[in-house]
Amino acid sequence: MFENLTGRLQTTLKRLRGEARLTEDNIAEALREVRMALLEADVALPVVKTFIDDVRSKAVGQDVLTSLTPGQAVIKVVYDALVALMGEHNERLHLAVRPPAVVLMAGLQGSGKTTSTAKLARYLIEREKKSVMLVSGDVYRPAAIEQLQRLASQVGAQFFPSQPDQKPADIARAALEQARVSASDVLIVDTAGRLHVDAPMMEEIRALQSILNPVETLFVVDSMTGQDAVNTAKVFNEALPLTGVILTKTDGDARGGAALSVRQVTGKPIKFLGVGEKTDALEPFHPERLASRILGMGDVLSLVEQAQRTVDQDKAQQLARKISKGSGFDLEDFRDQLLQMEKMGGIASLMDKMPGLPKTPDAEQLQQGEKQMNRLVAIINSMTPAERRKPDIIRGSRKRRIAAGSGTQVQDVNRLLKQFTEMQTMMKRFGKGGMQKMLRGLKGRLPGMPF
Amino acid sequence: MTSPGSAPQSTGLFGRLSDRLSATRRALAQGFNELIGAGQPDAAVLEDLEATLLQADVGIDATARILETVKQSSGSAGTRAALRQALLDLIRPCQQPLAIDAAHRPYVIMVVGVNGAGKTTTIGKLASRLKTEGHKVMLAAADTFRAAAVEQLKVWGSRNDVPVIAQQTGADAAAVAHDALQAAQARAADVLIVDTAGRLHTQSGLMDELKKIQRVLQKLDATAPHEVLLVLDAGIGQNALAQLEHFHAAVGVTGLALTKLDGTARGGVVFAMAAKRPVPIRFIGVGEGIDDLRVFDAVEFVEALLPNGD
Repeated sequence: MFENLTGRLQTTLKRLRGEARLTEDNIAEALREVRMALLEADVALPVVKTFIDDVRSKAVGQDVLTSLTPGQAVIKVVYDALVALMGEHNERLHLAVRPPAVVLMAGLQGSGKTTSTAKLARYLIEREKKSVMLVSGDVYRPAAIEQLQRLASQVGAQFFPSQPDQKPADIARAALEQARVSASDVLIVDTAGRLHVDAPMMEEIRALQSILNPVETLFVVDSMTGQDAVNTAKVFNEALPLTGVILTKTDGDARGGAALSVRQVTGKPIKFLGVGEKTDALEPFHPERLASRILGMGDVLSLVEQAQRTVDQDKAQQLARKISKGSGFDLEDFRDQLLQMEKMGGIASLMDKMPGLPKTPDAEQLQQGEKQMNRLVAIINSMTPAERRKPDIIRGSRKRRIAAGSGTQVQDVNRLLKQFTEMQTMMKRFGKGGMQKMLRGLKGRLPGMPF
Repeated sequence: MTSPGSAPQSTGLFGRLSDRLSATRRALAQGFNELIGAGQPDAAVLEDLEATLLQADVGIDATARILETVKQSSGSAGTRAALRQALLDLIRPCQQPLAIDAAHRPYVIMVVGVNGAGKTTTIGKLASRLKTEGHKVMLAAADTFRAAAVEQLKVWGSRNDVPVIAQQTGADAAAVAHDALQAAQARAADVLIVDTAGRLHTQSGLMDELKKIQRVLQKLDATAPHEVLLVLDAGIGQNALAQLEHFHAAVGVTGLALTKLDGTARGGVVFAMAAKRPVPIRFIGVGEGIDDLRVFDAVEFVEALLPNGD
């Protein structure tokens, strides 16, 4: 989501990095560029102004000018200002109340409330082992209740049925009662999308809030929102005691300025990001990591956490044993590796978080890579177990069969086998202590590496 | 739709539009009125004007163009008039209403856009409008991805009393479109509106699916779809430009519908889009009611943003 903003800021800051001496002039020039970058990214104008003033006062100060690496010092100032703007650290949901803990969802039409409701339910069920009940108070949009019902059954949440001819307040009361009776840990209440200028509808959600007395009231915002984010966030924040924000559709190429604006205007933390179409595509929001990502410094922490969560530990250990023995790495293992990567969100998601990559390749290139990966898996799937264990037996007619079975060409099969052989050779080297040797050889030559 | 919270309604098309856009107008006009006093605009005024336009999501390119024109103007009346003229010049080429060509029957309208833009709601309103105009309308529920999207379209179908061709959720979208066009041909419908699933324009796999729907429609009618209507949420910022470019590259956008213009400070993105790629703007959505889909009118639009009087 932040690629464009990142690119723009990186160019600007790189130019600064090259300056031997920083003067007020070249800082002002850089800040003008930063201002344009933020505006192009749809950060709201008042927010941009505050941000620039903040950075300027710090950048022109002593710290930077006397620093040995003034460019780096400015980057540090921008980084700190970004983190300060977005909040210091991840804010979790506070659900530690007498159950049921009620979560109320609010937002404009089409911002992604219903989808986020389902994603949040899945998150709480799978990662925090809560029992979750969902209810829809959207009696206006056709089939909105049915949509939530389907999603509830997909993610394994209880669903409290409601009807379009009921009053949202009555639905809320009944759902709350039912959640108590069935001893649910969490009750998430989805509501109809509403415009902040629609007084009766804003009154309706205020009433819901006072009936439900939710422990979390989350404002759902489309990350593609423009300057208007400021207006809507302000009104919702004044009408409801918001406790946090969910930023949706961040897997597009919107520059994500809304994230900065909403945080600044409401003072409420962004708690989650919606990062895809499926119900597991919800990530906790980490402002300090995101600031790193914007400035191209990578987000290794998120990557490690993701790996721990998704990688099958048993399989990983099995593989480690095979590698340390220096043999037995076969095509089955290769396929496991590919699938593992897929599970971690594919190449795009990995690249995005990797430090030191000069610039995230564009979406199309990445999707080519993903396609390539899927093709490799398809080829391996078209082999017999014997072929996977002993790829050497794959000759002419077997190759043709595999290619036909996986919808590829014989050349593709050849390429896979060659890649695999190279990998196997590498694995053998690692197994014989080659890894340590390799790293020792590199020591001292790579600056900044911790070995 | 049936939201109880509609704004007070005034009669007449312009009155209504002006009403709905009043929030935008206030925000824009407030800035302008402070600025457009007597005499030549000075640097500070231009800077504030730039801020005002940027805050309305007009975008950097269009803002620069507009400011250039204003700079060249002289006199107090001149500045205001020049500003209106510049805004008008930008979007007048986009004023091309949708005309159902009787030579193509059924006239196929494929509706595309990102998630939550308002595609299905727009289709509901559009079906009502076309039916009132005397066309025999059918709907195709080719959003087979989102839960209950088919049901949502069916509700609109029964409200308007128009048939909806649908399969179950998870079915192949192109197959639904194909069936629907076959049915529309068999029943001699005048218009077939194809609803598609919301998709982010950066998902090339999903964009390919959209191309497939188009290809399959062309098997039955080489000239279909006759209109590819991109639905855009007017509340979005500069990403509207990227959406237009990507959808255009995939399926050739022939018209736009701008939804949710009844909020605050919205609609400036129209100028940004017009400056880059003047695609006809067919409709604007100015409310939740079934008749709140309006034909886009450039003069009226600028008028509503920047009234002559005040």
